[in-house]
Amino acid sequence: MATLVSRASKQALLRVHSSIIHQKANLSFKNLSKGKKWAVAAIGTLTAGGVGLAVALNTAVLASDLTLHPPKYPWDHAGMLSTLDRASVRRGYQVYKQVCAACHSLEFMYYRNLVGEIMEEDEAKAEAAEIMVVDGPNDQGLMFERPGKLSDKFPNPYPNDEAARAANNGALPPDLTFIVNARHGGENYLFSILTGYCDPPAGVEVREGLHYNPYFPGGSIAMAQALYNEIIEYDDGTPATTSQLAKDVCTFLRWVAEPEHDTRKRMGLKALMIFSVLLAATYYMKRAKWSSLKTRKIAFKPR
Amino acid sequence: MGFNRVSISTKIYQTLFRRTSMFTLTIVVGALFFERAFDESTEYIFNRINAGKQYKDLKKQLAQRAAKEE
Ligand code: HEC
Repeated sequence: MATLVSRASKQALLRVHSSIIHQKANLSFKNLSKGKKWAVAAIGTLTAGGVGLAVALNTAVLASDLTLHPPKYPWDHAGMLSTLDRASVRRGYQVYKQVCAACHSLEFMYYRNLVGEIMEEDEAKAEAAEIMVVDGPNDQGLMFERPGKLSDKFPNPYPNDEAARAANNGALPPDLTFIVNARHGGENYLFSILTGYCDPPAGVEVREGLHYNPYFPGGSIAMAQALYNEIIEYDDGTPATTSQLAKDVCTFLRWVAEPEHDTRKRMGLKALMIFSVLLAATYYMKRAKWSSLKTRKIAFKPR
Repeated sequence: MGFNRVSISTKIYQTLFRRTSMFTLTIVVGALFFERAFDESTEYIFNRINAGKQYKDLKKQLAQRAAKEE
């Protein structure tokens, strides 16, 4: 293939008769004797094998390592040029708001972030107005409560981390803003955690207040199973099965962690197309500039 | 080459590229048209790949749902 391309470009672009140049460094493997070649090959194999063995012997197998790795799921947005499915992001917002928001904050999200992304402005305003926000001080120096506005943050379920721990058996529910980027496996891991609850296998003890989940490192997670069939009703009528809820909330959290996702892929397409043209042009220019040098014969004639 | 039978590439060279003023103008006007055509075509490809998934599609769905409820 490479020879074909280079031959074609040689003919199509510029003819360079490389046969004129005879200089060559004699430093290659080719020039070793047969015995030396065998020796070099044997030393290489032994070194690689030894390093591999040492690494393998040093790797301990721990019981706590027996964590299931999440499978790869065919996300709508998994392709190099695939955007997020906005209908799914919107449903995921519903799941977050009605289920996860009871324990998890989304510290860096504002109601204005929803506008033009998963809902129209009036709807986002109505969403914001559902919460009460402490504002002030007013002209008497008193703090007061008012309905939320677009410029307000999503509410935090707990006043501080200590309150969050106290309410959850000592475990802190992490902020979910960047959680898909903060965990190996991203949304695959999240989906597996949310749908992977099961009875512990024989011989595995799960402490009081913890729940068995084979995808969570260590196997015992402080979060109880949060998603069940039909726990909420979607406003677009999609059947709210457990896996549907999990898929939608994962897509939503991907969008929250990476709001520039779609723009990034759109720009990626443009960049790839522009740069492939520029690459061809650069290659042509290189050959043009070098053609005079490569076809020149330099002779040294001492007198 | 006959005196008044100039080839197309020579003509293009003489009108568009020979003088610096025209060369600059060619680049500026060319960039204008190229960018427009490039943007339109990449947008088209991108929207074909992601048909039905973007916010503009969701917006239509929301409007339809709102109309049905009324
Ligand atoms: C009853 C409160 C509660 C609800 C509701 C809840 N969580 Fe959790 N979540 C927790 C707690 C507590 C932890 C900490 C678990 C631990 O560290 O063992 C946690 C941890 C997590 C983690 C981090 C796991 C890790 O790898 O460290 C993710 C991701 C998560 N929750 C997602 C969700 C999502 C998505 C929802 C909504 C569908 C949700 N949670 C609903 C309490 C909750």
